[in-house]
Amino acid sequence: MINTDIKTAADVSSDVRTSKFHKFLTYLRHNYILYLFLILPLAYFIIFKYVPMYGVLIAFKDYNMFDGIWRSPWNNFATFKEIFAMNEFYRAVRNTLILNFLDLIAGFPAPIILAILLSELRNQTYKKISQTILYLPHFLSWIVIGSLAIQLLSSQSGLVNALIENLGFQPINFLTEKIPWYITYTLFGVWQSAGWNAIIYLAAIAGINPELYEAATVDGAGRLRKIWHITLPCIKPTIIILLILNVGRITQIGFDRPYAMGNHLVTDVSDVISTFVYRVGLRSGRFSTATAVGFFQSVVGMIFLLIANYIADKVGEQGIW
Amino acid sequence: MDTNLKSKIFDAVISILIFIAVLACLIPMLHVAAISLSSNAAILSRKVFIWPVDLNIDAYRVVLSDRSMIGSLLFTVRLTIIHTILCMIMTILAAYPLSKRDLKGRNFFMLLIVITMFFSGGMIPDYLLIKNLNLLNNFWALVLPGLISAFNMIVLRTFFSNLPDSLEESALIDGASYLTILVRIVLPLSLPVLATLSLFYAVGRWNYFMDSLLYITDSKLFPIQLKLYQIIYNNMQLEISAAEGNIASNLLPESLKAASVMFATVPILLVYPWLQKYFISGIMIGAIKG
Repeated sequence: MINTDIKTAADVSSDVRTSKFHKFLTYLRHNYILYLFLILPLAYFIIFKYVPMYGVLIAFKDYNMFDGIWRSPWNNFATFKEIFAMNEFYRAVRNTLILNFLDLIAGFPAPIILAILLSELRNQTYKKISQTILYLPHFLSWIVIGSLAIQLLSSQSGLVNALIENLGFQPINFLTEKIPWYITYTLFGVWQSAGWNAIIYLAAIAGINPELYEAATVDGAGRLRKIWHITLPCIKPTIIILLILNVGRITQIGFDRPYAMGNHLVTDVSDVISTFVYRVGLRSGRFSTATAVGFFQSVVGMIFLLIANYIADKVGEQGIW
Repeated sequence: MDTNLKSKIFDAVISILIFIAVLACLIPMLHVAAISLSSNAAILSRKVFIWPVDLNIDAYRVVLSDRSMIGSLLFTVRLTIIHTILCMIMTILAAYPLSKRDLKGRNFFMLLIVITMFFSGGMIPDYLLIKNLNLLNNFWALVLPGLISAFNMIVLRTFFSNLPDSLEESALIDGASYLTILVRIVLPLSLPVLATLSLFYAVGRWNYFMDSLLYITDSKLFPIQLKLYQIIYNNMQLEISAAEGNIASNLLPESLKAASVMFATVPILLVYPWLQKYFISGIMIGAIKG
């Protein structure tokens, strides 16, 4: 009695299993093309993204080319002890934070102001032309922007110093002295990105309910007051989310910009983590050390980013991601 | 009356502020363009602002007669076109299946891709990978590593999944395969976002510099940015050492440097007006939750 019961139960479950399997086969027969599509992209991510992640192991090893990553011996965090004892490492971390902080102070408000100004323009043709021009610098490479900076600012032949000298002042070494270099770096950042980053705020402003403005007009509010009491409060959520995400990226820095804007006279302030990794890793061939620095930045950067995303998610009704 | 006047003044102030911003954007570019078209005497006596003085095209002649410069330019055009096409194919191949809500394993695949946005191996492991694949000094080292931007893929996926399901369902019932649906129905409806992403990939490839610095030492394979970097920065080092009192030799004329900058800039800017009408909407899709 019990036995047969069990048998029946087993039969039923195997029936269910085979029918599930059949269902899966039919599903595959209908959808296999979708999986074929995915093969190449997934292969790409595995080879070009995940294999380098595995390569991070060399930060924990005495890496040498002939043994490869796997057979090189572990080194008990010797690489990390080494980088934490390097003054240049702390300098690179400090510079990364300072430059990103300057970017945040100057580069974050600029697109907001620009977007508000653009949205107040009445003449649509003028607005369109201005936008086209304001977006342009975003499409220039940092090498080109660095070259523009050199041509505009060099102390011998630059336009800006010609102006300064005409006004009777001493020329300023915008590219080769520390404090002026900070200004150059930051302002060209604003120059490159303010217009482009204004797009998202323009969209937020375009989404504001026009009835709010009409009601304010009826109440006799001027345009400045409407900006202050309607536009700004309405785009506040966008501002806050973007601010959080920007703060989340404070430990991350690209390579092209500091490399293109820097030169050997300002290394003390322009050497950031990415350029430091390049110098130690590829110029001096110390792969393990450079990888450890990169790994340190990746981990810290990831933690910041995850926290920022979490907060942005909590703050906004919907996160950016 | 009073408020009307106030509003007019307000309009004027706004227009002027925008005008200043526009000028600030344009002047650096116009200045370099003007220098590239001016005589060296005029440049050295600092007469050139945003209008060429002693208009001539000598600098362009010199640059154009430089074989390596033309070679680099053509190489970069070829690189950018091939890279952009492959990027778009790969991005579409990833985005289309992942836009299907009932695709089994979809969350796993997405996780696999999203992780790469938060964590990466870094410069040195990337370099070692290229080295181990024997791709150093190889055209493909500049193409393959950047084939899919996870961000762009998510933008496209979001766009696909917002297309009405009914369009595809009727085609599926008629027995069309996913490939046919993708090519005949989905892609034609997605032209604006496809144009936007192509622009991003193309501009990104044209402007990107680091990978060529890392992977390329053969001057035949120098993209234009690396070429420009060498011209401008080698010359800057010379200028600095001249300023420090050393003897400067072989300083390049300013007009020549400016013409090189124009060569690295103008070709990609030619693409921009064609695609501009599309990319605003494209960015907005990206800003909405993916």
